[in-house]
Amino acid sequence: MPIRFPQHPGLVVYLTAGDNGLFADAAQIRPGDLAVTREIALAAIDAGADVIELGVPFSDPMADGPVIQRASERALRAGTRLQHVLHLAAELRAARPAAGIILFSYLNPILRYGMSRFADAAAESGADGVLLTDMIVEEAGDYLAEMRRTGLNSVFLAAPTSPDARLQAIAEHSSGFIYAISRTGITGKQQQLAADAAALVERIRRWTRLPVAVGFGISNADHVAQVGQFADAAVIGSAIVELIERSTPATAPGEVSRFIKGLRQPSGADPWMQREQSARS
Amino acid sequence: MASTVVLHLTENLEPGPPHTAGRFGEYGGRYVPETLMAALNELEQAYAAASADPVFRAELDDLLHNFAGRPTPLYFASRLTEQLGGAKIYLKREDLLHTGAHKINNALGQGLLARRMGKRRIIAETGAGQHGVATATVCALLGMDCIVYMGEEDIRRQELNVLRMRLLGAEVCPVRSGSRTLKDAVNEALRDWVTNVRDTYYILGSALGPHPYPTMVRDFHRVIGVELRQQMLEREGRLPDAILACVGGGSNAIGAFHAFLGDKDVRLIGVEAGGRGKSLGDHAARFEGGVPGVLQGTYSYVLQDEDGQVALTHSVSAGLDYATVGPEHAALHDSGRASYVSADDAHVLEAVVRLSQAEGILPALESAHAVAECLRIAPQMPRHAILVVNLSGRGDKDMGILARELKIAGAEPLSGR
Ligand SMILES: Cc1ncc(COP(=O)(O)O)c(C=O)c1O
Repeated sequence: MPIRFPQHPGLVVYLTAGDNGLFADAAQIRPGDLAVTREIALAAIDAGADVIELGVPFSDPMADGPVIQRASERALRAGTRLQHVLHLAAELRAARPAAGIILFSYLNPILRYGMSRFADAAAESGADGVLLTDMIVEEAGDYLAEMRRTGLNSVFLAAPTSPDARLQAIAEHSSGFIYAISRTGITGKQQQLAADAAALVERIRRWTRLPVAVGFGISNADHVAQVGQFADAAVIGSAIVELIERSTPATAPGEVSRFIKGLRQPSGADPWMQREQSARS
Repeated sequence: MASTVVLHLTENLEPGPPHTAGRFGEYGGRYVPETLMAALNELEQAYAAASADPVFRAELDDLLHNFAGRPTPLYFASRLTEQLGGAKIYLKREDLLHTGAHKINNALGQGLLARRMGKRRIIAETGAGQHGVATATVCALLGMDCIVYMGEEDIRRQELNVLRMRLLGAEVCPVRSGSRTLKDAVNEALRDWVTNVRDTYYILGSALGPHPYPTMVRDFHRVIGVELRQQMLEREGRLPDAILACVGGGSNAIGAFHAFLGDKDVRLIGVEAGGRGKSLGDHAARFEGGVPGVLQGTYSYVLQDEDGQVALTHSVSAGLDYATVGPEHAALHDSGRASYVSADDAHVLEAVVRLSQAEGILPALESAHAVAECLRIAPQMPRHAILVVNLSGRGDKDMGILARELKIAGAEPLSGR
């Protein structure tokens, strides 16, 4: 399915699948039971998330900052496997037919599962597409062939450091949307949106009509509003993963829902955000 | 004899294959976040230009000779040969290089390249600390800022090298994620590089990672085999029957092997860390327990579970305690041109004592893996056979571990093993 952002700015929400936060009672949760992530994802969709990126936890998340590293470690400790994430995608698809669902992974778990087998399973789950963090267009021959064969979107990352020739290739091989990285760096929250982001989106638009989502470091309504001025959507990752970390499985869906609703409200309307910001500055 | 070698230390710096795709057979390539791609392309071009530039090569030659101490001797280990009663054993003495290991060859090459590229902030990862010390040394020499990532477990077990790095002016950043060893240090160095890519040069310490590193690091160490070949021809009038080298990421091994790849009669044997057992998590023998996969930017053999999660590793030596291996070794393994075996911790400790007491040479725990395999196969070989061990480093850094493991205490000599 094409990815749609009916509201402006669109919201893409990243979740590390299988992370139940710091306060979950491990004894209560069966290995591979992703019910907590499912409830959070449903709440996020109902609160206005257009796309859910389901993060497959990996032992060596070299593009991620401490927040997502910790979430990945917790998810792996809870026994999360790729097939569980695929199952979760199918559950979300059944429950929310219109939501965008992207499987987000490092390459190695996919290679081990088998690229072709993965593409079949992902398509069958009803996911709309795939994003592989450590896959660049030059190496993507097999991957793109499998995505095309199974009708899945392939989302590539574009970076502020990518020269125009690379952006052109990225635009050519992307489908669904293009994920523009707001700054050089790893995932994680930040105070200010780098000026890099607007310039990058402008350069990307020379090569494509696909929607462009901006991510990395977007953590509040001001950032989202800023992104909305030049891009189609904002990706929220670490800010939500950190919120889940500090919540219990029972409270996380409500917290995430409230947070996402706040992201589209005018600046400063959310008292929780203000507290967060002053605590950090 | 040595002078001809000295003049041509970097004679073989021309980047060999692979030129564009960065592939060794099906292995290698580039699997990195997009943010790094511009930097990798810049590095590839800068390296190609530098290695074709006589001025760059002359400066590297000079430093390798006058600063690092190349060429290193090829030493005939007569007492060990006699004791084992088989092949003649030669040691290629990379342990005699400045800073105590082969790592300085690559650190000097990349340090000069970084300076040429105008990058003043240097980052590196280290396991045993030898690459960290070599990088800190080169940064002191060239007046550059140096940040070294090192796993907490390795900081604990290679404390002496941590102190050396700090003395040399480097900042040592402890890495607390994962197994707190070399793999996690590489992750952290990559995270730093992604963040500071515009002004930072990453001196990767082994023949690993995304293209062009495996090729470039190999080229900087290729001098080991080039010297060895010439020295052996001068000494024995022929090539050796086998060359042994330990394999962590694979830099000293590929450096020793590369000049012999066309000499089909020379057996090339890499020795991995057998650790404390055969189960996943107890060793770092990638060619015994690993399957092809992608870790830290390259496609090669990776120790991993059935879900593609990277396995923990164990070795008494921090420098070999790593879940993947340089992609050129993966190709040499599959083609059969080189063979790979492993030595376990107990045999390695035995080899340290044996070489120390037979020859007065204390090898690094990493290098002792190659010595252990030598102890095993030399007696099975005829007396006219010639076996070379690439002695990649010296063992001073390991005295803490050795004292504990071998229970060396007080004034008593340690009895031979
Ligand atoms: C003395 C010595 N030998 C070997 C190694 C392993 O690295 P490589 O396989 O790249 O030679 C190390 C790494 O720390 C080392 O210090």
